[in-house]
Amino acid sequence: MASKDFLRSTRRETIVIVALYILFFAWWYVTAYGFGDDPSAYDYILGFPEWFFYSCIAGYVGISLILWAAVRVFFKDLPLDDGGDSKAEESRNG
Amino acid sequence: MVNHAAMILPLVLYFVLIMGIAWLGNRSAARRSDTAGFLEEYFIGSRSMGGFVLAMAVITTYTSASSFVGGPGIAYNLGLGWILLSMIQVPTAFLTLGVLGKRFALIARRTNAVTITDFIRARYDSDAVVILSSAALLVFFMASMLAQFIGGARLFESVTGYSYQTGLIIFGLTVVIYTTVGGFRAVVLTDTIQGVMMLAASLAILFAVVTAGGGVSNIMQTLYEIDPKLLTPTGANDAIPKPFILSFWVLVGIGVLGLPQTTQKCLGYKDSRSMHSAMIIGTFTVGFILLAMHLVGAMGRAVIPNIEIGDLAVPTLTVRLMSPFWAGIFIAGPLAAIMSTVDSMLIMCSAAIVKDLYFHYVLKNDEKRLPPKLVKRMSLTVTGVVGVIVFIAALKPPSLLVWINLFAFGGLEAVFFCPTLFGLYWKRANSTGALLSMAGGAAAYFFFTLTKVSVCGTTSIVPTLAVSTALFIAGSVFGRAESAEKLRAFEI
Repeated sequence: MASKDFLRSTRRETIVIVALYILFFAWWYVTAYGFGDDPSAYDYILGFPEWFFYSCIAGYVGISLILWAAVRVFFKDLPLDDGGDSKAEESRNG
Repeated sequence: MVNHAAMILPLVLYFVLIMGIAWLGNRSAARRSDTAGFLEEYFIGSRSMGGFVLAMAVITTYTSASSFVGGPGIAYNLGLGWILLSMIQVPTAFLTLGVLGKRFALIARRTNAVTITDFIRARYDSDAVVILSSAALLVFFMASMLAQFIGGARLFESVTGYSYQTGLIIFGLTVVIYTTVGGFRAVVLTDTIQGVMMLAASLAILFAVVTAGGGVSNIMQTLYEIDPKLLTPTGANDAIPKPFILSFWVLVGIGVLGLPQTTQKCLGYKDSRSMHSAMIIGTFTVGFILLAMHLVGAMGRAVIPNIEIGDLAVPTLTVRLMSPFWAGIFIAGPLAAIMSTVDSMLIMCSAAIVKDLYFHYVLKNDEKRLPPKLVKRMSLTVTGVVGVIVFIAALKPPSLLVWINLFAFGGLEAVFFCPTLFGLYWKRANSTGALLSMAGGAAAYFFFTLTKVSVCGTTSIVPTLAVSTALFIAGSVFGRAESAEKLRAFEI
C-alpha cells in the first residue's frame, strides 16, 4: 500500500491532465471551425489564415505554456518506490 | 545534378556515431552479472532514464516515417487542413505520461515488471492473456517495422539517387546492429540524438521552404491562387470532413494510451521529476516537429507546384532547395525518426520472445538455466533474426505501405488499450474482460478495416474501441474478480 499522498496526488494529476486534454480539444475545434469557411473572406495573422494561426500555432504554444504552469503547480515529486520491493532497490544501487 | 558524395558524407558520420553509442550501451549491460539485473538492464536500462532522455524516447518512438514523409505528402495535396489533423497529436506525450506514468512506474517497481507483458501478467494472471498479447505485439510490430523499413529505403532512394536496396541495407542493418548490440540503453541514447537530429532537420527544411517561397504571406497568396480550398480546414476537394478528422482524435489521440511501444517507456524512467520535465519537453518537441514538417509539405506546394506523388514532396523539396551537404544532414532527420521507431519495436520483440515466452514458459523463470551470457546470446539471435526477416520482406515491398502502418497502429490499440488503462484504474478489471476485449477488439478491427464498413463516417478504430471497451466491461462485471491477494501489488 503506497502512501495516501501518492493516491491523492496521482488522482489530482490525472484530473489535471484530462482537463488539459479537453481544453486543447475545445480550443482546437472552436478556432478551426469558428472563423467561417469562405477562404476569400479570411483575415491573416503573420501571413497565416486566422483560423490556422489560432488553432494550430497559438493552440500549440498555448498548451505547452499552460502545461508547464500546471505541472509546476499541481504535480508533486513523489518517490516511486514504497519500500515494498527490496530487489529493485538493490539492483539500482548495485 | 545531385552531388552524391557530399550528401552521403554527413549520413555516414551520423551512422558511425550511432554505432559508437551502441557499443557504449553494450559495455554497461555487460557489467551486470545476475540474470534479473541483466534483463532489467538490457530490456529497460535499469530504470535510469532522466527527463530529457525520456521525452526523446517517447517522441522518437511515436514519430515515424509518416511524420516526415507520408503526412507532409498529404499536406502537400490537401493543404492546411491536414496540418490541423496532425496537430491532434500534440497532447499525446503529456497524455500518455500524465495518465499512465506514475502508477505504471510504482507498480512496475513493485512487481519487477520489465515489459508491458510483465505488467499484464501480474495484473490478470492468465496465460491466455499473456500469450495473446505477446502474439499481437509480435505480429503488429513486424508489420509496422516493415512499413518503416520500406518508407526509409524509399526516402533514401529518392533523395540520394542510390538504389532502394542500397538504402535498405545501409539503414536497415544499422538499426538492427545497434539495437542488437546495445540493448535498451543504446536504444534510448540513440533516440536522444535522433530526436535532436529530427528537430534540427525540420527547422532547416522549414527555413529553406519559407525562404524559397518569399515569406509566409507570399506563399499563402500563391496557395490561394492554386486552389482557395488549400487554405481551409476541410482541405482541397473537401477531403477532410468532420467525422473523419474527429475520429483521428481516437486513433492518434486517446488511443495512443494503448500503444505498447510508448507505454513501455513509462516503466523505465528514473524518478517523478524526470517524468514531469519529459511531459513538457515532449509536448513542445513533438508539436514543433509536426507543425514544421507539415507546414513544409503544405507550403512546398507553392514553391514546387507539380509533384505528382505526395510521398515524393519532402524528398523533392529537400534536393531542390538545399545544398547537398545540408540535404544529407536533413535526410538524417526522417531516417532517425524511422530508426528510432524500429529500434524500440525490435527490443520489445526480443523481450517478448526471450523473456515473456521462453524464460517464463519454457524455463519456468529458473534463473540458473538462463545465465546472463545466455540471455545475451539469445537476445542477440532473436533481435537479429526478427530484424532480418523484416529486412527480407522489405526487399520486395508490398504496394500498400501506408495502410500497413496505420493498420498496425490501430491493431495495437484494439488489443492493448483496455487491458492497460482499465488494469491501472479499475479494481474490478479481470482476465475474462481482458481476454474478451483483446480477442473481440482484434476481430472487430479486422472486420471494420477489411469490409470498410463505416459507422457514421468515422474510421475503423472508433467502432473497434467501442466494441473492445464494451466487451472489457461486460467480461469484468460478469466474470470472476481477481483475488484480493493478487491485486495487492496494484493498490495505490
